[in-house]
Amino acid sequence: MAEPATTRAADPAIAVRGLRVQYGDREVLHGLSFDIVHGETMVVIGGSGSGKSTLLRTLVGLEKPSAGEVRVKGVDIAKASARALDDIRKKIGLAFQGGALIGSLSVGENIALPLLEHTTLKPTTIEVMVRIKLEQVGLSGFESYSPAQLSGGMRKRAAFARAMAMDPEILFFDEPSAGLDPITAAGIDDLILDLKRAYSMTIVVVTHELASAFLIADRIILLDRGNIAAIGLTQDVRESKLPRVRQFLDRVADTTQDDDVDHLRMYTEGIR
Amino acid sequence: MQFVAEVGAATERSVAYVGGLALLFGKSVRLLFFSPLKRSRLLQRAVHQAMAAGVSALPIVTLITFFVGVIIALQGAYQLQRLGAMQLVANLVSISITRELGPLITAIVVIGRSGSAFAAEIGTMRVTEELDALETMALDPVAFLVAPKFLAMAVMMPCLAIWSDFMGVLGGCVFGVASGSFTFGSYAIATRDALAAHDIATGIVKALVFGLVITAVGCQEGFSTGAGAEEVGRSTTAAVVVSILLVILIDLVFTTLFYLARGTA
Repeated sequence: MAEPATTRAADPAIAVRGLRVQYGDREVLHGLSFDIVHGETMVVIGGSGSGKSTLLRTLVGLEKPSAGEVRVKGVDIAKASARALDDIRKKIGLAFQGGALIGSLSVGENIALPLLEHTTLKPTTIEVMVRIKLEQVGLSGFESYSPAQLSGGMRKRAAFARAMAMDPEILFFDEPSAGLDPITAAGIDDLILDLKRAYSMTIVVVTHELASAFLIADRIILLDRGNIAAIGLTQDVRESKLPRVRQFLDRVADTTQDDDVDHLRMYTEGIR
Repeated sequence: MQFVAEVGAATERSVAYVGGLALLFGKSVRLLFFSPLKRSRLLQRAVHQAMAAGVSALPIVTLITFFVGVIIALQGAYQLQRLGAMQLVANLVSISITRELGPLITAIVVIGRSGSAFAAEIGTMRVTEELDALETMALDPVAFLVAPKFLAMAVMMPCLAIWSDFMGVLGGCVFGVASGSFTFGSYAIATRDALAAHDIATGIVKALVFGLVITAVGCQEGFSTGAGAEEVGRSTTAAVVVSILLVILIDLVFTTLFYLARGTA
């Protein structure tokens, strides 16, 4: 887990420089710069309105920066041609907060979709791959269900399976455990940890769940009203003495302190 | 001055809107020929759309145009009877149906069934981030969703128009026979004599253009949907209202052009 610190200098998976994003006249991100290196799990935390969802959308090219640049695997995604952007997007997977599964397709068809469109694999091969991906997220046997028939947590997991369908090099998760009960949320944290260990993927997670963030992250970015309040190894951020960081961490602790600490200890004792 | 400024702004918006429709159509045509996605899969989706927008519309188009044929014959007979010109009912029905009412009624049925459905489908996908999901999977929403719809509508609208022509004439025929002025055979001959090929052709050309406009408006309204379920409703309503308005306007332009062309010929 100490890997990222040593390889940081060489060729980052994602390089962000002076990134500004605005909606109309309102600037949401005020000049962010950071790198995400290959194989690390970077967790972006921050309250609502901190700009973390916008950051995620910008990293995958859904929002255009008003200034600065985002390089994913060396390609400036704001200036890339449609073809170059498509090539990059075939190497990334994004699991949306609400799943964003195509409602007119079954769960299995959703996961098969990128494979059918972008690869020349035989249908039988794709069928097997879909089954494997669904098994990975604990949804075996749900191929023929419609997304509407699944619970929120199952939809999220199906979305993970779809995001992983093309065996991406970089996986993005938008609020993977938001709106889930603690047990399901813990299951999703485990799933991300498994992915990290088994495939050494680069993983970017946006969340406001501190417990989950501290558990899965190699490094953490704390966003505060469109600025980076803190960036660093998980341990360093957790023990940071910076007032704004403390404010954020403690403010959350004000309301759900006991639960969060217990929840956290339950996991951290097993791992660290 | 305020009024002039408002009219100017509204004009600008309308021009921008129609420009947006043209861009969407242009992009779809380009993506049909130079598709970044697999052609076989695109055709599959187009066939699926053709079934939903075209084939499934047959029963309702059949019913409505048949009744309209009867109604025109009835209304015509009311006047023509007084002149002792009942024979002309066949002319009246066949020309008004093929040149005007067949394509127009088909278009209005298709707006209600498919134009609204396109807006609702794409609008819902916007709200649930499905459009974003398609983009991040390197599946261009226009190539994936819109291009097959244009293809399906370009094929199905003329087919539906031909069918509605047939049903309208059949409606007129049923009235003609029931009124005792015609036999099925004599009505068929009268219709054949009354119709020129260009009557049917102009109707079919109109239907094709209507189909493209309905698709463009439905999809554009879908894409411009804001956040929330209410917005999907608004888009769907706008798709229907704008489509009907544009279809009637285009019909007026086409009919005027055909009229002028005939005058000079």
